[in-house]
Amino acid sequence: MREPALIRMLPDGRRLHLHDGPIDLIIEASGGPSAISAAYKAAARRFTTILDELCRELPLLRSQAHKDSERPRGVVARRMFAAVEPYCEERFITPMAAVAGCVAQEILAAMTAAAPLERAYVNNGGDIALHLASSQSYRIGMVERPDHPSLFGSLEITAADPVRGIATSGWRGRSFSLGIADAVTVLADCAVAADAAATVIANAVDLPDHPGVARIPAREISPDSDLGDLRVTRGVEPLSQPEIDAALDNGLRVATLLRDKGLIHSAALCLQTCVRVLTAKPLLPAGHSRGGSLMSPESQIRSQLELAGRTNPHA
Amino acid sequence: MPDVFPPDTVRCDACPVLCYIKRGHAGACDRYANIEGQLVRVDPHILLDRAKSQGTPLVPFLEREGDWDGKIMKGREMFVTAIGAGTTYPDYKPAPFIVSSEVEGVDMVTVVTEGIFSYCGVKLKIDTDRHLGPERNLVRAQGEPVGHVTTAEYGSQMLSLGGVHHLTGGSKSEGRVTCETLLDLCNGKEVQLTIDEGASVRVAAGKPPEVNGQREERMRVGCGSATIGMFAKQWFGKVDDVVVVDDHITGVLSEHQAGKLLGVRETGIAIHGRRSTPGRYFQVAEPGTGWGGTNISDPLTILKPFKAKFAWPHLRLLMVSTTGEQFAYYELDEDLRPVEKELPDALKESVGRIRENCEPALTTVLFMGGAGGSLRAGVTENPVKLTDSVKRKLTRVTCGGAPAYIWPGGGITFMVDVTRMPENAFGYVPTPALVAPVEFTLKKDDYAALGGHVDYVRPLSDVLREKERQRQFVSHAQNPWPLKPHEESSES
Repeated sequence: MREPALIRMLPDGRRLHLHDGPIDLIIEASGGPSAISAAYKAAARRFTTILDELCRELPLLRSQAHKDSERPRGVVARRMFAAVEPYCEERFITPMAAVAGCVAQEILAAMTAAAPLERAYVNNGGDIALHLASSQSYRIGMVERPDHPSLFGSLEITAADPVRGIATSGWRGRSFSLGIADAVTVLADCAVAADAAATVIANAVDLPDHPGVARIPAREISPDSDLGDLRVTRGVEPLSQPEIDAALDNGLRVATLLRDKGLIHSAALCLQTCVRVLTAKPLLPAGHSRGGSLMSPESQIRSQLELAGRTNPHA
Repeated sequence: MPDVFPPDTVRCDACPVLCYIKRGHAGACDRYANIEGQLVRVDPHILLDRAKSQGTPLVPFLEREGDWDGKIMKGREMFVTAIGAGTTYPDYKPAPFIVSSEVEGVDMVTVVTEGIFSYCGVKLKIDTDRHLGPERNLVRAQGEPVGHVTTAEYGSQMLSLGGVHHLTGGSKSEGRVTCETLLDLCNGKEVQLTIDEGASVRVAAGKPPEVNGQREERMRVGCGSATIGMFAKQWFGKVDDVVVVDDHITGVLSEHQAGKLLGVRETGIAIHGRRSTPGRYFQVAEPGTGWGGTNISDPLTILKPFKAKFAWPHLRLLMVSTTGEQFAYYELDEDLRPVEKELPDALKESVGRIRENCEPALTTVLFMGGAGGSLRAGVTENPVKLTDSVKRKLTRVTCGGAPAYIWPGGGITFMVDVTRMPENAFGYVPTPALVAPVEFTLKKDDYAALGGHVDYVRPLSDVLREKERQRQFVSHAQNPWPLKPHEESSES
């Protein structure tokens, strides 16, 4: 029985919760009361059809992307394909690698088109699309273990930064991973780009053929997974420091490549409590613009991931 | 489209993704799963359902689509546990759920939160008479020190595991393994521990311990000498002598003080081993898995020949172990040699009673933790008032609905029997620290008075409506109902 999409305000009265099948969005907008209300209405309206649109092309979205493969038709699906296209020459990837970020971005776009907002976010299970009007900012906490969240770092994104998308991928998350990273958090221009890149980098944090990594063909767990017979990570034994370093190096290499191609801004890679941070590209001389937004040294620094250091929460 | 499926794969039609879900797995949403070939809704937040039917401890009650009309709930008593509720850290306040409900005309508030405990540990009581290791020696898991041997209690050895020094004071790997060990023990999983210069044990909460690969079945009723003391009167007149075989202290009725007092005639029975005091013998054999924790399978091997000076033909002798699991009855022939005979009915009762009084050997796991400032801040703006309210018994503390013992003195340091909590009630954070559910229940007026987050109080009916993230468990039969603690539990 098809369950209707859930659209409700959370008990705090501020945030909107949209849920349909595997999509679960937490949304918050700031601005005038009528603007918020208009934005939430627009989000809900856009949301009601988005899952059905995607499912209409699901077999295609679950197929490996090639330069010459058939393009999907839906607006969200097309954007998913475009986000994974830069990767498809060198590795196996399907448009599904970008689905969460793409949905978040689409709902955010509907909101900002409906009303002027000071700031807003659409959080789709950790893949987040951001809107920031001038002089606004968001402070964001990073979590390495989705099963038991505790912050391993935090970052601030301001309107002046080019970052409007954040995504996290890892083998402990809801989606399968080919790598062993607990979490890879990526900052990019938009959520769909961040989502695809986080998937790719998390897959790259790996120790191929390591006996301490349990892998199972994705199909054995989920018969219709887009990863088919590829072996996905289901368990990672405690690794030695040199092994952790080697796996993180593998991920960092790929992340650096993506950053230098302009696909992402920065990334944090987390494996068994060790964290590596790839900072944004060295500064362009002041006054140079990139992606339409002028960058100042301060905002550049703020947009980099600043690690809060390990806290010791004594309850 | 996938072509071949294993049997029992179900196709979920709750959304247009139409996942194929294999048995034992969940769909893409993590909300629908295939349990025993059936499509079932599975959700994380746990509510306790006060069992009207009795004696069904902790049966998971999974909400099935369709049989929820919201009305059924009104007649049922529900308690919102903190399991899966989330934690206030690092936001500090207020707690994720502050739920009001009316109990016998009084408005009650339950503050529901998961606490992160890096100051926590477990106390293990292992029912065994075997020597597990010297007091104060390290207890290890996966080679890492996770605790130590503490006192031996009657019939049991206590271990103290975890604590902040192992969790955060040692190496990274010590902390990680300690956290894992505590988590597994608290969630009822089996854990392998080794004790320096001692035994290796496999333990799980509520299950018999395994010591050096041997499963403990029953606790003995007492040592051999104590058993003589307990049953001397029941044996008097029905048998001429009794030997209770025990690896620790073997007892002999005719020589024992209890026998003397009753006037039991001397039989001149002679036992191998070292005589401690009259009727009490050490080291009658080697330790083992035979009679009474010794290595013997034929009890006559510990007896020296009977002498004509004291013994007599047809003398009746009972040999029995401290658990009553082994017994044999003999009568001496004309040459004073014991001949095994069927146990007379008159003695069957006493042997049965020894067995009856040997309780099953178990491992008990008590979680112990302290609710610190940030957790208390999730309850009230002035944390010390919560401590005060708990100490004055105005606020009741439960863990996943299970009663918690609150230590006297400062702070809110509590202990809870993990077997009374729903399954998998504990989690962890990589700090490393354990995440444990805690509920504080008190009258609404008292809650306001201690500076509670009254603006965040939600009626129970409101919480129950969010059924898509809830799971219901039948409350443990022995637990008092958290909202009516003074009522008898449903089992009694």
